[in-house]
Amino acid sequence: MRAFLGFVRKETLHLLRDRQTLAILILFPVVQVLIFGFAVRTDVRDIQIGIVDPTPDVATNELRERVAASDRFNVVWTGSSAADLETRFREGTIRQALVLPSDVERRIGRGDSLPVQLITDGSDPNTAGIMMGYASAIVDRWYRDEVPGKGSLRIEAQARMRYNPTLESSHLFVPGLIAFVLTIVSALMTALSITREKETGTMEMLLVSPIRPKAIVAGKVIPYIALGFISVLLVLVAARTVFGVPLRGSLFLLLAESVLYIITALALGILISTQVPNQRTAMIAALAGLMLPTLLLSGFIFPLDSLPKVLQWLSYIVPARWFLTIVRGIMLKGAGLATLWQETLILVGMTMFLLVKGSRGLAIRLG
Amino acid sequence: MRTIFFLVRKEFLQIFRDRTTVFQIFMIPVVQLLVLANAATFDVKRVAMLVVDEDRTTVSSGLVQRLQAGRQFRVVRYLPTDAGVDQALLNRDVTAVLHIPRSFEEDLVRRGRAPVQLVLNAEEGATTGIVQSYANSILSGYAKELDQTLPLARGASGVTSRVAPLDLRTQRWYNPSRNYKYWMVPALLVSLTTIIGLLLTAQNITRENELGTLEQLNVTPMTKIQFIAAKLIPFWILSMVIFSIGLAIGKLVFGIPMRGNLAVVYLAAAAYLIVVLGMGLGISTITRTQQQSMFVAFFFTLIFLLMSGLFTPVDSMPDWAQQVAEANPVKHFVSIMRAVLMRGAGLETVGRPIIGLTVAGVAVLGLAVLRYRKSVA
Repeated sequence: MRAFLGFVRKETLHLLRDRQTLAILILFPVVQVLIFGFAVRTDVRDIQIGIVDPTPDVATNELRERVAASDRFNVVWTGSSAADLETRFREGTIRQALVLPSDVERRIGRGDSLPVQLITDGSDPNTAGIMMGYASAIVDRWYRDEVPGKGSLRIEAQARMRYNPTLESSHLFVPGLIAFVLTIVSALMTALSITREKETGTMEMLLVSPIRPKAIVAGKVIPYIALGFISVLLVLVAARTVFGVPLRGSLFLLLAESVLYIITALALGILISTQVPNQRTAMIAALAGLMLPTLLLSGFIFPLDSLPKVLQWLSYIVPARWFLTIVRGIMLKGAGLATLWQETLILVGMTMFLLVKGSRGLAIRLG
Repeated sequence: MRTIFFLVRKEFLQIFRDRTTVFQIFMIPVVQLLVLANAATFDVKRVAMLVVDEDRTTVSSGLVQRLQAGRQFRVVRYLPTDAGVDQALLNRDVTAVLHIPRSFEEDLVRRGRAPVQLVLNAEEGATTGIVQSYANSILSGYAKELDQTLPLARGASGVTSRVAPLDLRTQRWYNPSRNYKYWMVPALLVSLTTIIGLLLTAQNITRENELGTLEQLNVTPMTKIQFIAAKLIPFWILSMVIFSIGLAIGKLVFGIPMRGNLAVVYLAAAAYLIVVLGMGLGISTITRTQQQSMFVAFFFTLIFLLMSGLFTPVDSMPDWAQQVAEANPVKHFVSIMRAVLMRGAGLETVGRPIIGLTVAGVAVLGLAVLRYRKSVA
């Protein structure tokens, strides 16, 4: 036990003496959360739209004003001919174009049909769909006000957004960022700290000492658990004070789950470090190997429900996926262990598996 | 020149002798591109929906049928009251709840309009808007259908003075089949090339520093410019190869459109990679250990990637962030790639950003040369 404590102390000193790394490690997650909480948004705003209006009159003016008044749109160009629309789209100066027919006023008076064209840059299908929705809503409403008398049937959907009524992006991304940043930082740190000992040859010394491989692993991990925990606290404080992200569930449960997840990520780092010979391969594995899958297969940005079945199965082995559900559940929905016990159990299982596999690998490789 | 050549050869030997690294450098991008291209999609299919139907009339059940018929929703539960709805949302059993009130049919017939309530789990915000627009289009489609069939009590049907009908035709240019992969594959390719290139260069000099071999290089007569050039060239070639492999996969496996001139894409890639690798080398000169350089590199990679418009639109970011994004090389390269590949833009459109990237590349390299010290402090 004394030897073990001594070892933990050595690791802690290692960590504390390298001021630069320590500063990066502690500040890094907070800065990331601050930047992305502000900058990463999925709502569509400021759509650059062009309007082709061959014969401006009172009716088309009304429509143009409505488009301009909407904060979704930014009318960057108005013209009378659709001839150079294609160039404008290709240059990327407009992303949407509304092509009105001529003599709108007269058509309405005579009861002729109003052929309105709505062209959207469909490169990004999702954004395009949303842009089309906004624009056609404006046109529809304008038409209804401008051409009265046609009282068609309407089913009015009153939407209620549960758990995030204002659809505030930061409330959705901040829990995701906690999971993401913890994964990378914790996994990368342990992977590097163990492979460094290998690379510099000091691992051999540790292995011939009376400390058992399991204890070496534990000793390596303990200081990082503390560090990770501090990160989580800082991130949570930032999330609460800066973004006002709600915490509807129990703080204690959230912290406990975070510690569990930190250990999972650290165990992942241990496993990586036992499989690779040096820091370079460790970091490529941890960063290049983990970054995009954690980003894309956890439900952080893209919804998991719409993935192909095979990828959904693949996402089951991404620990961040489960932790993300837990964090969102606790913070946004106020869920308790009664709802989240499955995810928690899965994380516990994963951690056990990774730890056992990691400590074995270590003993066999150099033993 | 000969010095640079020998050093480049040395770097190549060093990389290719390390089998694990070679395997990682080439396999990680390829595998991730193949797998993740399928994951990066907002295309929402078959949303689990719960319907609370208090009306239970033919009109209300017709609505449920329309919802079930499309590919967007699957009605997993159909209840007469809203007992248990909250729990279903909390457990993520359902994503959307449609509440049809008791007087639904009556309201439609009498007043011509009827409210329904749509409750969405907004936990995953990105999709919420999409689900909502799907639901709205089904509802309005059904309303139009009822307009023809439902006997209306309004008696307004006699007032058929000619009313100008609105004929709104929508077009989606460049990606009419709404293939999300066309949009995401170039983006993923850029992120993978960036991650690998930046990490390899950022780690390179610190590694020599840690192992002590940097000292050996420092005592040779080689100049600082030669040193940085020799470090840059091998990784530049490697990254271009990775980029080409990825582009080939994009074309052959995912069939991404290539409407513009590929030479323009390569020109942009050449300039862009100088910026990225130059930054990697710069990071490598200001940090001392590999651990530090990794963290700094990771920090920048993440900011560059998430603020580049790869995954979320730049236009949606607040103004200050959009201005910051102007300084982001990834953002420019991604928008060049998308403009050329999808919209067939040429040099007259993307020429300026390419020049910008080149200037940035030269500046970054210059900084790396200046920062690099042969003498030990």
